[in-house]
Amino acid sequence: MNILVYLETSPNGLKRSSSEALTAARALAGGSHITGIMFNGTPAAFNAAGEYGLQRCLNINDKIIEQFSNGLAAIAISDAAHAIGAKIVILSATATGKDIAPRIAVRLQAGLLADCVELIPSGDSVEAVRPIYAGKALIRVKPETAVVVATLRPNVFTARKTERTTVAVEAFSFASDKDVRTSVVVSTSQNMGTIDVAEADVIVSGGRGLKGPENFHLIEELARSLGAAVGASRAVVDAGWRPHREQVGQTGKTVAPSMYVACGISGAVQHLAGMSTSKVIVAINKDKEAPIFKVADYGIVGDVFEVLPKLTSKISAVTGRH
Amino acid sequence: MNVLVCISQVPDTTTKITVSPDGKSMNPQGVKFILNPYDEFAIEEGLRIREKFGGTVTTLTVGGESAKEILRTALAMGSDTAAIIKDEERQDSYIVASSIADVARSISPDVILFGRQSIDFDSFAVPSMVAELLGWPNISMVSSLTIEDHSVTAERDIEGGKETIEATLPCVIAAQKGLNDPRYPKLPDIMKAKSKTISEHPKSSAVRRVNVLDMKLPDTKRLNKIFGESDQELDEVVRLLHEEAKII
Ligand SMILES: Cc1cc2nc3c(=O)[nH]c(=O)nc-3n(C[C@H](O)[C@H](O)[C@H](O)COP(=O)(O)OP(=O)(O)OC[C@H]3O[C@@H](n4cnc5c(N)ncnc54)[C@H](O)[C@@H]3O)c2cc1C
Ligand SMILES: Nc1ncnc2c1ncn2[C@@H]1O[C@H](COP(=O)(O)O)[C@@H](O)[C@H]1O
Repeated sequence: MNILVYLETSPNGLKRSSSEALTAARALAGGSHITGIMFNGTPAAFNAAGEYGLQRCLNINDKIIEQFSNGLAAIAISDAAHAIGAKIVILSATATGKDIAPRIAVRLQAGLLADCVELIPSGDSVEAVRPIYAGKALIRVKPETAVVVATLRPNVFTARKTERTTVAVEAFSFASDKDVRTSVVVSTSQNMGTIDVAEADVIVSGGRGLKGPENFHLIEELARSLGAAVGASRAVVDAGWRPHREQVGQTGKTVAPSMYVACGISGAVQHLAGMSTSKVIVAINKDKEAPIFKVADYGIVGDVFEVLPKLTSKISAVTGRH
Repeated sequence: MNVLVCISQVPDTTTKITVSPDGKSMNPQGVKFILNPYDEFAIEEGLRIREKFGGTVTTLTVGGESAKEILRTALAMGSDTAAIIKDEERQDSYIVASSIADVARSISPDVILFGRQSIDFDSFAVPSMVAELLGWPNISMVSSLTIEDHSVTAERDIEGGKETIEATLPCVIAAQKGLNDPRYPKLPDIMKAKSKTISEHPKSSAVRRVNVLDMKLPDTKRLNKIFGESDQELDEVVRLLHEEAKII
């Protein structure tokens, strides 16, 4: 069963979601059946992939892909899937992965298993579990096609290193159809110095209980002690206290970190929709009846203005981060 | 400029989901259905494009008879015409996308607008599939859009930042919150929308590519350990995070 994994790179190597995808692929098939594909892969990225057991990686260094285009990326990945006879194509359910996976599925006449939280081997194919209704239900889905495209929700599959392998990199060229009417990325802006909630391993979120934007330094300080990203409820985003990119929930981002700390957040269903699959949930709220406590592993009934400074210094003492 | 807006009817966000006796789908009994929140941004953007360039806005949904309700909302907001493709199931994004692509081929819009995701299936799939089926460019999670002559410039949200994308028309756009502030329909327009005709288009003959085997409610067991705000109790929380949860 050959598997093709689309690997997204970052300036320091491989995106963590891609290491997770490689680990998930390894659970389905032996290393020799797994091929990676990268666009403009760097030595750092190939090395990182090797730590997760990748043995073979196709690399596209085509001039035409310098300006990233989702339509062309889909053509390239589909061609690669054909070339290696892939039965399964795996991507991460990142902004890019979610954008191109449906196109690849159409091109390969493959069933699309979107936003999976579990992959289950089934004969020479795979089934998947995925959340629907904003995580309020889980469905098990089975492709009816010979080839399958799956996207994996970031932070759900654990990335595990394995005995380091040397990655054989092969230049891959695809039949880029210059006439394809397509969209191209002309520029990218990153929010410097902040970890995005969608990619963070730990998130500290603040809600209306913080009373005003001037008090969010309490959230930022706790986040720093944990090496966490800052998140927010919609109430505080709508009030203009925090930027929309930090919003967690139905109309914000869906996150699944190792730990989610909700501070002064009531726990409305739309908020829970975005974070209820977090591995450990900590809630701080002065109202012991707040719905957030129903989904919390560790709940602290108390005033954020009292609790946060104390908790931050106690955690800093353990983590050494200030 | 002719615009096609695709909208979906979904359970209200506060719905408590229960499983049907078939074990594979949501029990619709007592559930309130609404217009998918992201699709409101798509309708609004369609109307603004028409206001700027002229042309028509057609709104389309794939769904059961009751989905006509959201088409009436779109008509009341100002959509010129509305169409439905009858398909009660719509669990397979590919069939939904194929049905939409068939209609798009017959009416040749300049832009097709979608919401970022449907809040029932959360697949983020239909817009890109339609684009691929038509051989068009698509831009997803669009929070800002400018159309000039035959080119489109859009900003889209990515992890940790934004991307600026350029594309040519015809093009598929999926709207993110922030793109605009959807208007509220006025009462007389709501009344007028009730008597407008809704045309019907055939469902695609595409075959299912994915089947649902079963549906379960998530196992939401949490430790539910509750503490007060004393120093001692906070020390205990930190100890548990360190030793029990092994998170710090
Ligand atoms: C279609 C739709 C989509 C939505 N999408 C989202 C979404 O994506 N994300 C989202 O978050 N919401 C979303 N919402 C809004 C959601 O319903 C809630 O209104 C929102 O989550 C509330 O935010 P909050 O918890 O910060 O504020 P509140 O509900 O006002 O809660 C504040 C909490 O802080 C506590 N508190 C107050 N003072 C203190 C103190 N000193 N110390 C400790 N605790 C204190 C209170 O007890 C209370 O529980 C959506 C709503 C709709 C209708
Ligand atoms: N049944 C449907 N009928 C019309 N449009 C739909 C339907 N399902 C999804 N869409 C559109 O596709 C977008 C993304 O949906 P999804 O791919 O299901 O997350 C939605 O916001 C709608 O604009």
